[in-house]
Amino acid sequence: MNRVGMKKTISHVLGNLIAIVISTAVIIPLVVLLLNSFKSSGEANRMTLSLPKQWVFENYAVVIEKGKLLSSFLNGLLYAVSSVVLIVILVSAAAFVISRNHQGTNKFLYYFIISGIAMPINNVALMKVMQTFHLVNTRIGIILLYTAISIPLSLFLTYGFVSTIPREIDEAAVIDGCKPYQLFLKIIAPLMKPICSTLFVLNFMSIWNDFTMPLYYLNNSRQWPMTLAVYNFFGAFENSWNLVAADIILTLVPVLLVFVLGQKYIVGGVSSGAVKG
Amino acid sequence: MNRKKLYPWYFSCGAAVLYFLLFFLPGILGIAYSFTDWNLYSNEIEFVGLANYRRIFTGNSEYLKYIGNTVIFTIVTTLMKTVAGLSLALLLTQKFIKLKNFHRMIIFSPQVMSYLVVGLVFKSMLHPTTGFFNNFLRSLGLDGMTRNWLTDLDLVFPTVMTVDTWKGMGYIMVVVIAGLMSISTEYYEAASIDGASFFQKLRCITIPLLKPVLVNVTVLNVTYGLRVFDMIYSLTNGGPGNATGVINTAVYKEFSRGDLAMGTTLSSVLYFGILILLYGIVKSMESKEVES
Repeated sequence: MNRVGMKKTISHVLGNLIAIVISTAVIIPLVVLLLNSFKSSGEANRMTLSLPKQWVFENYAVVIEKGKLLSSFLNGLLYAVSSVVLIVILVSAAAFVISRNHQGTNKFLYYFIISGIAMPINNVALMKVMQTFHLVNTRIGIILLYTAISIPLSLFLTYGFVSTIPREIDEAAVIDGCKPYQLFLKIIAPLMKPICSTLFVLNFMSIWNDFTMPLYYLNNSRQWPMTLAVYNFFGAFENSWNLVAADIILTLVPVLLVFVLGQKYIVGGVSSGAVKG
Repeated sequence: MNRKKLYPWYFSCGAAVLYFLLFFLPGILGIAYSFTDWNLYSNEIEFVGLANYRRIFTGNSEYLKYIGNTVIFTIVTTLMKTVAGLSLALLLTQKFIKLKNFHRMIIFSPQVMSYLVVGLVFKSMLHPTTGFFNNFLRSLGLDGMTRNWLTDLDLVFPTVMTVDTWKGMGYIMVVVIAGLMSISTEYYEAASIDGASFFQKLRCITIPLLKPVLVNVTVLNVTYGLRVFDMIYSLTNGGPGNATGVINTAVYKEFSRGDLAMGTTLSSVLYFGILILLYGIVKSMESKEVES
């Protein structure tokens, strides 16, 4: 082999090696956690990569019972699904009108709303507003709150999508006698399925993972979603690493499932958001 | 065709009203409250002018430390994530890498986890006596390298920022890969014919053409960094002492302490900071559009 070919082979092997090392470094914490969740409490006290000497599957049963995971799982699901449905309905209607008639008030409204992508939320004053509307410590309050804070990014993504739907479709529909709401419901909404899937997946994950809002606005542990329940569990069982590990794994399962199933929408949504700009 | 009739304004009402009431209004109201002595212990709210802002910006207050920490966190994590994400994207688009998609999925996967969970995972991994990290170092015979990662005053902030990079770099990588895919291969072919090396191609083709993507990524990273809360709250809760406190953890602290005026003032400082930043970005983009 000549020298250039040799150099190339070395750099190829090296490149593959680096990729493997980085992937391993990223995945190791999760593998350690998974292994620890099956260990007995004595063995789990020293966190290592070794396989459990004895597989203790009861850890999971203990965690589900002690961590009240079932109710918090249902809470989290309720918050995420209801908010996402609201987001999809409100945002797709708004994006349709704003994108099609992008002038005057609508133009202002668009920039007004998408500025929320970057702006911080003033949680202290938000508390006051929520109290005024009697939304603190209520399920409906947290659902509306999640919807409100997800609107800016969702609108930005949907707006970009609607402008790729040709306007001629609207004109044809109007000539055929469509009313505005028919035009939206029967013609445009079905065409928006891909972006709605993206909205669904992205918002589901960010709401499921959120921790700040319940921390501020839900005092009652019966209303807590998964994240807050796990945080509380961690505080109470800080010395039983096996249980903590099992608890964390259980919290991860739903999002990992959504991630694997909705991968193409996530990557599509993430990159269209940042690449189009 | 009458556009106003065909695209009725009330379609956008739901989103606009909800956004206004639960997102915009608190921001504005918060600024108004920052000029008062609003707290949990008295029902009367009195106007105090700039006193709250004076408490933050004069003397050697702990609040200045929080603001400084927020800025350092933002700059360092933005740099680390961009460099790591860009390098990974370049590596994982090379033809000779095996199982590219598998690597991409693994490196992106922390992104789907909650910040809270990532915080808890690393809190257990970095535990000084029982944690995996120190055990791993000991098993390699590197006992001297073991540290109290989350309690050592000098180490805790870099540790937190590294964990944040671990979580965030996959996102940047995916975005940059999408950007790289949109660059026509003809540029590279032409450059190869001219005998350009890898780094010449990177400097003269890839980086300039990726610039819009990199600008967007930076804006995302910066606005995330300034607003960071979950990660720090779950890893260190701002401690030890004030070592890792940032604006939003301080807001929560003041909030639970009952000093609502201070909480909303700190939040408003952040609000103004980001507003000025956004204004700057929009202006600089406008001036560039005029140039081109």
